[in-house]
Amino acid sequence: MARGIRDKVAILGMGCAKFGERWDKDEDQLMLEAYEEAIADAGIDPSEIDAAWLGAAFDAINIGPSGIPLAMALRLDNVGVTKVENYCASGTEAFRGAVYAVASGAADVALALGAEKLKDTGYGGLPVRTRGTNYDMFGVTGSAPGNFAQLASAYRSQHGVGADDLKRAMAHVSVKSHANGAKNPKAHLRKPITVEQAMEAPMIAAPLGLYDCCGVSDGAACAIVTTPEIARSWGKTDLVMVKALQLATSNGWEMQGNGWNGSYFHTTRQAATKAYEEAGITNPREQISLLEVHDCFSITELVTMEDLHISKEGEGWKDVLDGFFDADGALPCQIDGGLKCFGHPIGASGIRMIYENYLQLLGRAGERQRKEPPRFALSHNLGGMPNQNVSSIAIVGLADA
Amino acid sequence: MMAGVGITAYGAYVPITRLDRAAIAKANAWFGGPRGKGDKAVSGWDEDVCTMAVEAARDCLENFDRAQIDAVWLASTTAPFADRQNAGIVKEALNLGDVTGALDAGGSQRVATSQLMAAFGMSKGTGQTILQVTGERTQPKPASAREMSSGDAAAALLVGTKDVIAELIGTHSVTADFVDHFREAGSQADYDWEARWVRDEGYVKIMGDAIVDALAACRIEGGLVDHLIVPIAARGVPEMLARKAGISPNALADQLDGSVGHAGAAHPLLMLAAVLEKAKPGETILLSAFGQGADVILLRVTDRIGTTRPRLGVSGWLARKQASDNYLKYLFHRGHLALDRGMRAEHDEKTALPAMWRQRKGTMALVGGKCSKTGTVQFPKTEMSVNSNDHAIRTQEDYPLAEIPARVMTYTADSLTYSPDPPTCYGNVEFEGGGRLMAEFTDVDPQAIEVGDEMRMMFRIKAIDEKRGFRRYFWKAAPAF
Repeated sequence: MARGIRDKVAILGMGCAKFGERWDKDEDQLMLEAYEEAIADAGIDPSEIDAAWLGAAFDAINIGPSGIPLAMALRLDNVGVTKVENYCASGTEAFRGAVYAVASGAADVALALGAEKLKDTGYGGLPVRTRGTNYDMFGVTGSAPGNFAQLASAYRSQHGVGADDLKRAMAHVSVKSHANGAKNPKAHLRKPITVEQAMEAPMIAAPLGLYDCCGVSDGAACAIVTTPEIARSWGKTDLVMVKALQLATSNGWEMQGNGWNGSYFHTTRQAATKAYEEAGITNPREQISLLEVHDCFSITELVTMEDLHISKEGEGWKDVLDGFFDADGALPCQIDGGLKCFGHPIGASGIRMIYENYLQLLGRAGERQRKEPPRFALSHNLGGMPNQNVSSIAIVGLADA
Repeated sequence: MMAGVGITAYGAYVPITRLDRAAIAKANAWFGGPRGKGDKAVSGWDEDVCTMAVEAARDCLENFDRAQIDAVWLASTTAPFADRQNAGIVKEALNLGDVTGALDAGGSQRVATSQLMAAFGMSKGTGQTILQVTGERTQPKPASAREMSSGDAAAALLVGTKDVIAELIGTHSVTADFVDHFREAGSQADYDWEARWVRDEGYVKIMGDAIVDALAACRIEGGLVDHLIVPIAARGVPEMLARKAGISPNALADQLDGSVGHAGAAHPLLMLAAVLEKAKPGETILLSAFGQGADVILLRVTDRIGTTRPRLGVSGWLARKQASDNYLKYLFHRGHLALDRGMRAEHDEKTALPAMWRQRKGTMALVGGKCSKTGTVQFPKTEMSVNSNDHAIRTQEDYPLAEIPARVMTYTADSLTYSPDPPTCYGNVEFEGGGRLMAEFTDVDPQAIEVGDEMRMMFRIKAIDEKRGFRRYFWKAAPAF
């Protein structure tokens, strides 16, 4: 295996705009909101930034193509700005670009910013869009919940879980995230809900009801990275380091081949195994302190607990019901509310997850701060649909972890 | 008398939805709409004459080698395209070779019988095997008598000279511009004249005489006709014509009026398909059709009649039924009701025609690929194999999947995405022997799908491009039948 990214890059500063229905803000204003926090946190002059990456998924609908929207919003002076799009994993993809640039030595300081302005599209939920000329002839123009809902049918069939048991576990996932989101001033949805509310909500795509689906939001999040040496030379102590950064992309095996059973994410399993190896983690259930996963839908979070090798295959739903992933559980998941309640401005989400992990590692998460000091925090950012997707994992941790 | 040419196979298609006519009557009673009883067969939003004709052809060709087909002829007055060969669409969906003839015909309620006569002549003259398909999907005005009496259906016949099950005895045609109803090119609904005039001056005189004359020309006594097919949706008329020709009313074939409704130009062959299901060797069939004149075709059932049967036939399709009393849904699907479809319906369904041409076997015939090296089956066919152990390049051979049973692997009923018939049901299906596809489901009860259910692929409309007046087709999975 390649030598990996472990401990080569430190996070110098991070920022995150408030997510939600930001009717009064344009895309560039949201970018600036995230950037101002990050650059102040980093404590550097903008001229130190050597390169920048912008993650946005629905560029055609709103901010427009290329890296120009970011260069203009932040008035980045003549540095290379690259726009990346990798479905809902675009945020982590932008972060990967910045981290790799620093690790290669090509840049001393790099910036990653993810942004999305979904609430100008007029849709409740994600807008309909083409998936390419050929896909549109063969594929199904389903909704995001419809694509992910299929996990539940296969999971039940594979593991013999009753429809009611699974629906209750899915409800627990959402109730937990709503409880967490209520404590987060930057979260889109801040009202706690009950299991009954979740289970009786209107059906969106069976068996996913309204509360099984995450919020669709406006927002932006930003990270500024450099080498640990440079960070220390600028007086930074308590460094949060990148421990692993892995991306797995479907090559069509799940969709066209034979063997995948529809109940899990092949890509996440691949990326997780590599990420733990890269970070030197041998027992993730014990060693990981916090999880921020791509809970676009409750069922996605549930099966992801297995795909990240935290829960045993077929038993994730039991861990969920046991409260293992609650804020006061053994391994909190979505302590900031997750996509479910923090919200999901597509391109920003991956960086928002890292932002929360960064705050938690530094003990700066306020009311929602994890009591037991975290050491390793994992974020998982996923795009596409179960049978064809991009899965990314970022593990960050303290310098001595 | 011609000899040796005739029908060698037959099939039909009736859409699964049967709208209760009482529901139509109830909805329109305030307006003085007609009363009615029984069912009306109603095709779904994703069906048209081409898709229905394909299903009828598959029904007909269940036990036949498709390579023997020399031409596909389609007869309809409601085919989807005025200029894009509808028979060509059927040909592609059936995965027939490109060296296949095709012919569309329309313009009259007797177009299918006239085309069948031409097919007999062509086949007799050249020895060719012709697949003749016919279907109708009418758009009558709401609250009209025609709305009450009509229904959607399709039929298919294989015409040839080998292994004939119903041999041609003779034909007779009369052409007279008797305008009982009409529909201008580009219009959707018919304009009908008074029924009593049509009955007395049209059916009885023109068609009645044609039947009498046809029997005389063939030197067959009316009493010897075992099956009289009079596809007329006017009460008492078939009996009047039978009496006039000296044929026993007991010989009258089932009008299918209570179960299907009158399927326009397709109705004569639909009724014929139903008759052939129960016909016995040596019996005589008189097939007639009316429309600016009349066609009469006399057939004799051969002793090979028992050797071939359609997959389901009219009776099988009738048994495959989902009852409906949702008249509003029917109106919406016919474009008579402008429901608020929401923003998701605005999605641009433009088709890239060069891509469709490149992928025509995949999109139109559900032909996938099978790796000649590893045997891996996949859809769609690609340059490099999906097999994780051997990404062989350019080893895939055509592998038709349309007739292979599939099983549900995952599913959902999606209420968010736009569909004219929500919820949109879809999921991954796996084909017996390999290959998988995330497919839309059709003709399905959203509450009754389970992982492992067996499905059969059906040719359907995938999307309608309203901006440009185009539609693209693909295959959907229906509960196995």
